Amino acid sequence: MELKLRHKPIDQVGIEERCARFKTRSIKTDAKMQGLKMALSMIDLTTLEGKDTAGKVRQMCYKAMHLHDELPGLPTVAAVCVYPEMVASARKYLGSSGVKIASVATAFPSGQTNLDIKLADTKQAIDAGADEIDMVISRGKFLQGDYNFVFDEISSIKEACGNKRLKVILETGELGDLENVALASRLAIDAGADFIKTSTGKIQPAATMEVTLVMLEVIRDYYFETGKMVGMKPAGGISNSKLALHYLIMLKETLGDAWLTNEWFRFGASSLANDLLKQLVKQTTGVYQSGNYFALD
Amino acid sequence: MATKKSSEKKSVQSADLPINKTYKLFINGAFPRTESGRYFQLDDADGNFMANICLSSRKDFRNSVVAARSAQQSWQDRAAFNKSQIVYRIAEMLDQKRDLFVNEMIQMGYSKSASDKEFTAAVDLVVYYAGWCDKYMQVFSNVNPVASSHFNFSVPEPTGIVATMASEKTALTGIIQAIIPPICGGNTVVVLSAEKYPATAISFAEVLATSDVPAGVVNILTGKRAELYSHFASHMDVNAVVIWDAEKADAKNVGALAADSVKRTHFYESKTPVVGNPDLIMNLQETKTTWHPIQNISGSKSGY
Amino acid sequence: MAKKNDTNTWSLSPAPESTSHIRIDKKYDLFIDGKFTPPQSKKYFKTINPATEEVLAEIADANEKDVDRAVKAARKAYTNVWSKMEPKERAKYIFRIARLLQERAREFAVIESMDGGKPIRESRDFDVPTAAAHFFYHAGWADKLEYAFPAKKPKSIGVVGQIIPWNFPLLMASWKIAPALAAGNTVVLKPAETTSLTALKLAELIRDSGIPDGVVNIITGAGETGKALVEHPDIDKIAFTGSTAVGKMIQRSLAGTNKKLTLELGGKAANIIFEDAALDQAVEGIINGIFFNQGHVCCAGSRVFVQESVVDAVTRRLEHRMNSLIIGDPLDKNTDIGAINSKGQLETVNKYLELGQKEGFEMFQAGNEPPKKGFWCKPTLFKNVAQSSIISKEEIFGPVLVMQTFRTIDEVIDKANNTPYGLSAGVWTDKGSKIFNLTSRLKAGVVWANTFNKFDPTSPFGGYKESGFGREGGIQGLSAYLKFD
Repeated sequence: MELKLRHKPIDQVGIEERCARFKTRSIKTDAKMQGLKMALSMIDLTTLEGKDTAGKVRQMCYKAMHLHDELPGLPTVAAVCVYPEMVASARKYLGSSGVKIASVATAFPSGQTNLDIKLADTKQAIDAGADEIDMVISRGKFLQGDYNFVFDEISSIKEACGNKRLKVILETGELGDLENVALASRLAIDAGADFIKTSTGKIQPAATMEVTLVMLEVIRDYYFETGKMVGMKPAGGISNSKLALHYLIMLKETLGDAWLTNEWFRFGASSLANDLLKQLVKQTTGVYQSGNYFALD
Repeated sequence: MATKKSSEKKSVQSADLPINKTYKLFINGAFPRTESGRYFQLDDADGNFMANICLSSRKDFRNSVVAARSAQQSWQDRAAFNKSQIVYRIAEMLDQKRDLFVNEMIQMGYSKSASDKEFTAAVDLVVYYAGWCDKYMQVFSNVNPVASSHFNFSVPEPTGIVATMASEKTALTGIIQAIIPPICGGNTVVVLSAEKYPATAISFAEVLATSDVPAGVVNILTGKRAELYSHFASHMDVNAVVIWDAEKADAKNVGALAADSVKRTHFYESKTPVVGNPDLIMNLQETKTTWHPIQNISGSKSGY
Repeated sequence: MAKKNDTNTWSLSPAPESTSHIRIDKKYDLFIDGKFTPPQSKKYFKTINPATEEVLAEIADANEKDVDRAVKAARKAYTNVWSKMEPKERAKYIFRIARLLQERAREFAVIESMDGGKPIRESRDFDVPTAAAHFFYHAGWADKLEYAFPAKKPKSIGVVGQIIPWNFPLLMASWKIAPALAAGNTVVLKPAETTSLTALKLAELIRDSGIPDGVVNIITGAGETGKALVEHPDIDKIAFTGSTAVGKMIQRSLAGTNKKLTLELGGKAANIIFEDAALDQAVEGIINGIFFNQGHVCCAGSRVFVQESVVDAVTRRLEHRMNSLIIGDPLDKNTDIGAINSKGQLETVNKYLELGQKEGFEMFQAGNEPPKKGFWCKPTLFKNVAQSSIISKEEIFGPVLVMQTFRTIDEVIDKANNTPYGLSAGVWTDKGSKIFNLTSRLKAGVVWANTFNKFDPTSPFGGYKESGFGREGGIQGLSAYLKFD
């Protein structure tokens, strides 16, 4: 595999202007209903805390399957996203709902350990029943310019994943600039990523439209070259419906309608679901909603 | 010396027969005769024959514009410091030839003191503009505080080729005022000398020819305004027309013809004594404004 | 994208801007000496919405006598009031106009889109805020002129006649009126006949500002009205924005007079894409360069030069991006490409579309089907065009881009400058030294490096060569409304 290690020139101001343009899109009536439901179906409902327990996971899994039963016709979320230790619980509670289990692995969130431990971490998650692995790249090595190390590591994890889908977290908040984001995106894709993902949620800034646009454009470049689709997951910081809809507009205009499915796009988020639900109820009833009517988790 | 007083001409048999200078045009660094072969007679103040002067044609003007165009970009591209040195060199070369110019002007009717004064003023004028070459851009540029995340600056740039007719009112400062400010600003010039003072104009060309001014940067024609107005104004490769002390009707005709290629036109009234004025540089400058984004990462905002 | 998946199509629902708070009168008179007065011509012409072809209002057609009334009012106001007013007081009126315009921004945006056909996104986010910004910026100059022009003793000129085009009606009116007033002149302004409404609304607002009667006069009409204004003997300066052909006529007509003149004319800007550019942003710059305001922009990047090594990459991305443009109702908030301003202009654009195909160049058109009624032109790209083709030489003034390729820097500089125009240019490269090489060698008044079609009141705008002379905006723009000792 020959790596394209040339930085792709990116003008950050131009990226911001393009994002501002997405934000001027006005999403009304039918388009809004469809968009809100689509966004719901793309959520990886996430808990990644030191204090996570089976009890917490059980409640979140219930929510994943029953977002707001008062409103018929809602999809489930795409997946729940948990630590490897919690995968078994999630497997138990989700049953055959179709909601997937994503597990972070590879010494999430820092990735500061050796490959053996990362592989073991991955294996543990898969053995416990994870459908998808969200790995972190070694940002320190990347910033040192040791791209081969990062590439090889991703390839090894990909191999360990077998037929499970691999999402590669770039932790864009640590990469410094957009050229690095593009380079890391391409590196991850070339090394076998099925999805590229912005952030762990533990570092600020997490997902931004600007960073996501750069990653989408790398996915588009790769598609133009190879005809192969790669998925995208912005994670962290997307907590309201309007923003989520603008991400979907960005997705549509950058990659096209084929990507408008949870097979190719995910939101890594925890509080977004309730805001989408509020908006869906508002669209249905015409009345602005209060958080009191929407279950936490 | 170009010519001697007519009284001296009687001594034709003597060994020191003066060598009369042939006054030719100055085009592309060379001194050609007019391609038309035409001339007009220049008499001194006493009405005696002084010289045959080239009566420039439309084609001489055209050749000058070609020379000016091919010289323009590289003249513009010279460093401001270099242009400044070359213009100062003109002053050095001029100052050495005080006797030549003073005598020539006396022949044309200047008194000794007026001629001295005119010459000193001329040298001072060249020195004044030499100093502007590397300053006008600083003084008349701006960084513009635009509201978006862009660095934006405006700088003057030469208009290009300036076709100009020098004032009839002065023998030397008039033509210097027509030539030097435009070239300080990176333009190249085709100038028609005063009908009254073609000899000093061509003697000034000899100064230019020995001052490291690149060929084509200044081209000097002699002849009649009335014949050349329409050609100056209508040539499509001329960017600006500057007429000193134009009659109103001539200004109207020149202005109307100049519109065909949207030339910049300036009709100046000369004042005596001639004094330096940076407007004469700046009125032959375009403003170029350049934008470039300013990256804005992680809150490290720029303060422009 | 190539891969179609019909199950996940998602298209935007209509999102029209409300017109309920908009008041357009049936009939508009001339704004002279602080009042709306009927024209002595007794004639009115209709102004239509180019997106629906519906009549919006009737507009007074000013004749020579009306022009004379307006100039007299301006002269009287200049002599008696405005030239004597303390500069700081002048400033306060102009600040007031800026604020009034900000307060009524939405109304102006909607009317601008209705009368001119431009997308509400642009009139709302660009035209109106920038117009207000021009008043705001210039207001503060009124009492600081001697700092802008030290050692030059700046003085007002007198009565200024201003003629503006139909592509940015309110913005052009503002960027002409604001500096003229700040410099201490009085104004007679004539908007273009297809887009008079926002100028007349601006007249209402100027009246509401309490500025003395006659300081700003707005008269409407077509070419004859403009001619009368240009030729009026008591005008001290003409500022014209419009076509190069009309600009030349004005320059000719003013020859031999003492009237000052500034011209902001046509263009055929080169937008140059190097292989090392940030290509995605460059593509966006191409889009903004030519499809902004339906390409009705004198500084539009209508000639794109792409380095041969990246021509396929750029073309594919450009076509992909063009496909996401939405053409239709200018009042819909999602519209990217609105209506062509007039039937006449549509005919001109269509003539070039036919010509380009006749010249044998491959034409690509994108976007959805436009509405049946109204004047529309899909975003259009002509590929592999030659420098010598008519479509790459003449200003089309529509959403029509011609693409040429180049190999070396010298080649592209020569080609970019190989035009009688010189208003603007664009350069896209990641290399700083290359940018400065290009920006200094391109004969254009505005050079956008790694960006395009950016405007700001502080930034001088105007052309080289046949794109006109004089600048608008910034200190240079101010100087065009002053005289010096």
